Amino acid sequence: MSEAAVVPHSSNEAWTLPSRGVVGMLCLILAEAAIFLIFVVAYIYYEGKSLSGPTPQQVLKLPIFATICLLSSSITVHFAASALHRGTRNMCSLWLAATVLLGGIFITGTGIEWYELIYHEGLTIQTNLFGTTFYSLVGLHASHVIFGLIMLLVTLLFSLSGKLSARHAYRVEVLSLYWHFVDAVWVVVFLVVYVLGR
Amino acid sequence: MATQAPVNEALDPALQVAPGNSVLQILHAWITTVDHKKIGLMYIGSALLFLVVAGFEAILMRIQLAIPNNHFISPQSFNRLFTMHGTTMVFFVGMPILFGFGNYLIPLMIGARDMAFPRLNAFSFWCTFFGSLLLYFSYLGGNGLAGAGSAPDVGWWAYAPLTARPFSPGHSTDYWTLAVLLSGVSSIGSAVNIVATTISMRCPGMKLSRMPLLVWLYLVMSMLAFVTVSPLTAAQIMLMLDRYLGSHFFDTQAGGSAVLWMHFFWIFGHPEVYVLVLPAFAFANEIIPVFSRKAIFGYPAMVAASVGIGFVSLSVWAHHMFTVGMTAGANTFFVFATMTISVPTGIKIFNWLATLWGGKIQFKTAMMFAVGFLFQFLVAGLTGVMLAAAPFDWQLGGSYFVVAHFHYVLVGAILFMLFSAFYYWYPKITGRLLSEKLGKWHFWLFVIGFHLTFDFMHIPGILGMPRRIYTYEADRGWMFWNMVVSSGAFVQTIGTLVFVFNLIWSYFKGAVAGPDPWDAWTLEWSTTSPPPPYNFAVIPMVESRRPLWDIKHPEDFDQHYE
Repeated sequence: MSEAAVVPHSSNEAWTLPSRGVVGMLCLILAEAAIFLIFVVAYIYYEGKSLSGPTPQQVLKLPIFATICLLSSSITVHFAASALHRGTRNMCSLWLAATVLLGGIFITGTGIEWYELIYHEGLTIQTNLFGTTFYSLVGLHASHVIFGLIMLLVTLLFSLSGKLSARHAYRVEVLSLYWHFVDAVWVVVFLVVYVLGR
Repeated sequence: MATQAPVNEALDPALQVAPGNSVLQILHAWITTVDHKKIGLMYIGSALLFLVVAGFEAILMRIQLAIPNNHFISPQSFNRLFTMHGTTMVFFVGMPILFGFGNYLIPLMIGARDMAFPRLNAFSFWCTFFGSLLLYFSYLGGNGLAGAGSAPDVGWWAYAPLTARPFSPGHSTDYWTLAVLLSGVSSIGSAVNIVATTISMRCPGMKLSRMPLLVWLYLVMSMLAFVTVSPLTAAQIMLMLDRYLGSHFFDTQAGGSAVLWMHFFWIFGHPEVYVLVLPAFAFANEIIPVFSRKAIFGYPAMVAASVGIGFVSLSVWAHHMFTVGMTAGANTFFVFATMTISVPTGIKIFNWLATLWGGKIQFKTAMMFAVGFLFQFLVAGLTGVMLAAAPFDWQLGGSYFVVAHFHYVLVGAILFMLFSAFYYWYPKITGRLLSEKLGKWHFWLFVIGFHLTFDFMHIPGILGMPRRIYTYEADRGWMFWNMVVSSGAFVQTIGTLVFVFNLIWSYFKGAVAGPDPWDAWTLEWSTTSPPPPYNFAVIPMVESRRPLWDIKHPEDFDQHYE
């Protein structure tokens, strides 16, 4: 907690330091980004090196709708945090619900895509290097989305049951940082896997 | 909350109704604590326990290697011993003990009452403790209870494809992977805590440029930990996917690459040794000035050098892979990058020497270990520069020369500085001084043992003795040197036992220390010994790098020299 300058000394300036929740979340984001980076490096390194089986060009389709949903959810979660900051809890609930819905659509889209790939295209994590690196990278991202959705859902439940107020806005903001990170990772994954990798 | 509140409001009323001391209540207090001091002590205690265990593993190996064609330990057991020794020492001794000291000292040194996230702190400790238990449970569970001695045997670096299912059946490798994963999660948690505490909880007036250098170095170490531990976590996830879901990350038969594991592991492994050594530098930055009676020379350069070391260390990893057959261009890049890191490191050594120069040196035990650190770290760095030259490494990589080099840093620099930190801060933690007499016995026994073992270990390396072998033929000419090396191990053991005895004896019979036995200058020495649970009744405000010097010498404020 930051301490304002106090007696017994003479300083008159406020002693404000960055908030620890934001610093902590940024550090976590740095560490998680490093994990994702290694999986992206593995993906890029193994591009074109599969010995057999389906290739990205053959089986991947651009997940445009799911991507738009996920990226919009960053906007809605930002609105949720601002709404709580202003004290309008019902608006916060609304925007949080929108975020959960959009994130849920994204995950469902991933699930449908994977169902197609596994059962109709015959691509599993065991099939070849493309399968290995694709499912691990996209799956790692999806697991982070699911974790974020759980946290957002918990927050939504607190908001709906009337337990959130403006003094919790800071915590929702820290959570929204995590959610922005998840979206940013998706931008990278989308570019590497679906755009540049095909 | 620093206000003009009357002093008695700063006292915690709960202390006055503290419950009685039944064993169960004491255990409960320690298991459920979120106090950074207790957590720090648990980290240190658990690390010391595993230091003894891993040291015992080393003794067994040294007995086996003392004479040629020895049959004291089987080859399979020997593989498990060096794997467990390395894994334990790095992940369950080194990281915990350094995070333990950091946890204890950082809030005290920045005028805070606890770390930024006390519950995360507790979680991190219990994660690493559970990981260490999991690793040692592998002796029972790795091959099922019927198999005797089935700990991981793949080396602490667990190269692919040895770790693949066909070549490492059973679960011994999985115990390694999961235990180290837990240690990694714990390290990230501790690092998050340290960075958030350092940035967000400094007392008023403590600008970043006034922080003790120990806090700076832990900040750099934690930032480095984020990008260091994560590649290992990623690689271990890949390994588990390979072993259990049939993926092909390191499977050459499907077009995968075993060398990729080496890259990912060493992208972790090299910066990891800097994560281990930066806290040793942190201790040196606090201890050397106090016992030279001089402020540290070149504070800004020390900060810049430490940050520089952090960055450069991320670019040198493939010097562990010179013998793998990378291209000439790659080899050359890593040779130059590795040599570059000696520049900021050299700056630090020169600054420590400049601190000593003209000072009034007091050879307390803590200072003796610090001087030992200075000399030995220099020598370790010199053999490191030798190994940085790829053609030299082609001859001596994978030999005992490398083993001697890294133990010189790990034992000669890091462990020596840890001993020094124990002698320096034990009075603060317990309220009693460690016995100087026993301390000097500890020091001389350990120095002699250390040099017997690790100086002479370079020679079998030069004579061609490879690493990771469980025995050797009699006609190689290595026996005499191995004997000397093994005898040094016993001398170090005796020294360590003296130290452990000192720790216990002094707790009961040591001289009472008071708040500031060394006449030091940083904030932790302004609290009682041991500090109260809340650290500071009133949050202090500082105006220079050495707040206690200012209080003791009001005619000569440090601030004038900033």
